[in-house]
Amino acid sequence: MIEKDVVVVGAGPAGLAAAIEASAAGASVLLLDQNLKPGGQLFKQIHKFFGSSAHRSGTRGTDIGTALCDEARRNGVEIWLNSTVMGLFAGNKVGIEKGTDGTLKQILTVHAKKIIVAAGASENVVRFKGWTLPGVMGAGAAQTMINVNRVRPGQKIVMLGSGNVGLIVSYQLMQAGCEVVALVEAAPKIGGYAVHAAKITRAGVPVFLRHTVIEAIPDDSGVVSKVIIAQVDSSFLPVPGTEKTLEADVIAIGAGLKPVAELLHLMNCAFTFSPVFGGWIPLHNADMETSCEGIYVAGDSTGVEEANTALEEGRIAGISAAEKLGYIDTEEAQAKKAEIWQRLGALRLGPFGERRLAAKQVILNEFEQKTARGMHHGN
Amino acid sequence: MGTRIANHIVLGEDSRIAAVEIIVDGKSILANEGEPILSALLANGIKVNRYTAKRHEPRGLFCGIGQCTDCAMVVDGVPNVRTCITPVKSGMVIQTQDGLGPKEAAND
Repeated sequence: MIEKDVVVVGAGPAGLAAAIEASAAGASVLLLDQNLKPGGQLFKQIHKFFGSSAHRSGTRGTDIGTALCDEARRNGVEIWLNSTVMGLFAGNKVGIEKGTDGTLKQILTVHAKKIIVAAGASENVVRFKGWTLPGVMGAGAAQTMINVNRVRPGQKIVMLGSGNVGLIVSYQLMQAGCEVVALVEAAPKIGGYAVHAAKITRAGVPVFLRHTVIEAIPDDSGVVSKVIIAQVDSSFLPVPGTEKTLEADVIAIGAGLKPVAELLHLMNCAFTFSPVFGGWIPLHNADMETSCEGIYVAGDSTGVEEANTALEEGRIAGISAAEKLGYIDTEEAQAKKAEIWQRLGALRLGPFGERRLAAKQVILNEFEQKTARGMHHGN
Repeated sequence: MGTRIANHIVLGEDSRIAAVEIIVDGKSILANEGEPILSALLANGIKVNRYTAKRHEPRGLFCGIGQCTDCAMVVDGVPNVRTCITPVKSGMVIQTQDGLGPKEAAND
């Protein structure tokens, strides 16, 4: 069996940062990702990031992705792509399926002294009549097509959801030459940042607040050709008689994301439900270690936020794993981690950030209260 | 019907030239070597990838990152290949999937 000090699941910003830190400290690191390329969703973020210069504000997500991948390779991180982690098993064994579809795949088991799960998030769905038709897709799927594959998923887009994903992807669809015929939001106001919303409204995109999509109608080939939207009441139920029919061949659903943490459920890690973070969240301590000793978590898997928070949490997980393995002395590790927690605090400011700061504190507190390890350590 | 983005305000000009041939349901189309099969299909206006086993309902691009399997097709005789994450190779033979096998042309 292959032996590694640290196995990191997921080569997005959190996983790359974790792998870089652990490897820089001297640990042997294997970084796994099911995709053809590392970088997670960074490569579809062609916009410039916000924040302070410490968090590379003004840099495009794609460039951050390239820099992280280069740094990981320079640090000697071993990266396996096309490698799906099927499960974690007792004794810190990682089950991996390696190979592309349509080819003979290999099943491999790697033994890891420490495991870091940074599996990211998946898009939420809104169900309406016709939601399974070709033409209905995640907003992230539409973004991948235009920004990574450079192909338009259709010409006329209805965007459902006005959070930051819905707003940014609407703008990027316009940059790609699509027409956004409507931005539809069930809430009475736009969900995302005003700066993103302004780009959409300035361009004249019709915004339908207190509305939802109630039906997608296909053409003869079975692909979306018309979209019926309607006003919703205060219980979010459609109001009869308010229906409007729009000509569109794409409905992009930007209805939030939920953490991907099945591997930690398999290990029976302790979880809590956090609406702010998008669903069931694995409890963890300030080292990003879960209730299962030796298994760490970072990034969207521990609450949907953004690339910079994922990066910082990944760094903490990588440093903590290397510290436990004796590659970094405790004093140095503690100092590094304290500095990163401070930077994380700076990222969790403002009306949106403060809710996330509070939600993160709940997770840390519940770890102490609910897990035997939290009580024993009691820090 | 071309939907490729030749020029992009941020990404610049696309230097790739769709130069390899793949066969989709018996017809030849042009694709970029190494791009996901799905993006070559979209660039050629093909949006239905498969039909479900029981009700034969059409399915197409949904997640775009290999999670949902809605874009699965028969590639070089192998069914259930996720076209959004499988790279194009010159000469690939791709068939619309119906249930677990290729869709028969006679059913059209």
